[in-house]
Amino acid sequence: MHEATVAQSLIEVILQEARKRNARPVRAKMSCGELNRINDDVLSFAFEAVAQGTPCEGMTLRIEHKPLQGRCKPCGRVFAVDVSNPHCPGCRSEEFELLPDAPLVLDEIEFERADDGEG
Amino acid sequence: MEKADVGRKILGANETCALKNKQFLARHGKRCFNMISSPGSGKTSLLVRTITDIGQSLRIGVIEGDLQTDIDAERIRATRAPAIQINTEGACHLSAKQVSQALEGLPIENLDLVIIENVGNLVCPSAFELGEDGKIVVLSVAEGDDKPVKYPGIFAKSKVLLVNKIDLLKGGMVDFDLDRVFADARRLNRDIEIFPVSAKTGEGMQKWYDWLTSQARSH
Ligand SMILES: Nc1nc2c(ncn2[C@@H]2O[C@H](COP(=O)(O)OP(=O)(O)OP(=O)(O)O)[C@@H](O)[C@H]2O)c(=O)[nH]1
Ligand SMILES: [Mg+2]
Ligand SMILES: [Zn+2]
Repeated sequence: MHEATVAQSLIEVILQEARKRNARPVRAKMSCGELNRINDDVLSFAFEAVAQGTPCEGMTLRIEHKPLQGRCKPCGRVFAVDVSNPHCPGCRSEEFELLPDAPLVLDEIEFERADDGEG
Repeated sequence: MEKADVGRKILGANETCALKNKQFLARHGKRCFNMISSPGSGKTSLLVRTITDIGQSLRIGVIEGDLQTDIDAERIRATRAPAIQINTEGACHLSAKQVSQALEGLPIENLDLVIIENVGNLVCPSAFELGEDGKIVVLSVAEGDDKPVKYPGIFAKSKVLLVNKIDLLKGGMVDFDLDRVFADARRLNRDIEIFPVSAKTGEGMQKWYDWLTSQARSH
């Protein structure tokens, strides 16, 4: 599965950001949309494996899943689309426009500065 | 401790490379499509039939992605069309970088169109842009009519859905509700073009040829 590629790319991006700040990354948060769904367990496992021996070793990764959204044509409401039964929860209409799905994004990283230490 | 808002696309490096491919193709005025399906839905058979039937008027170059072997590229070359094989050696999808190398191997000036046959997999390839003008998803009737609901990503992202092996519907060999597939695919993707076809008998292929030809000519 492509979780391995995602893990590899994720670590590369984290390492670039860490180098810029000259700090050690300890936690990261990423997000993905419904149509770019990834499996949390598989990704976490791959992330741990790829992190071995890099400054990312031991980091914790949090994954947020963003729902697919649609905008109802009759009433304009923006709602989370249930792919197996998509309809507007307001007016029950099945006429809606699909909004762009969230891509895979590294949202934030928490760093520990070299001088954070025990103090 | 310090928190940094990064907001970077994780597959950004692939997207940058895909953009370069897109620019390369645009510079040469060629369209490119990325064909995605489960293993064995008939991607190569559809390409072979398409090239055999209309290859004289529409010159198609093919990039073949498989885990291993160059069987598919050989099948394409047997039609005399140029084909470049990429072996991903275990990876479940093609990357933009692999495609950029393959593009250099194609005689791009002598072509009207480039088609990439991605690695057989209905999930992973849809996350990796290659620089294509559009994705073409192939679903064969033997796979079942519930696939657009079960694998919404690729159906939502594709320009065209080819429902292949419709010859198997004759005589009730397979239970497959074509109307359901139309409805489910269009619910997620209002603009998707759907062509029920058979690479074996040629049924329904003309509409697909007309679409493909109009795409190549509209540059
Ligand atoms: N009955 C029938 N069989 C077909 C049709 N198209 C393809 N096949 C058969 O389906 C099998 C797989 O076809 P391929 O063209 O190799 O499928 P593919 O999608 O390229 O396969 P991979 O590249 O391995 O993912 C072969 O045995 C084909 O003969 C069709 O329209 N009807
Ligand atoms: Mg094939
Ligand atoms: Zn509504």
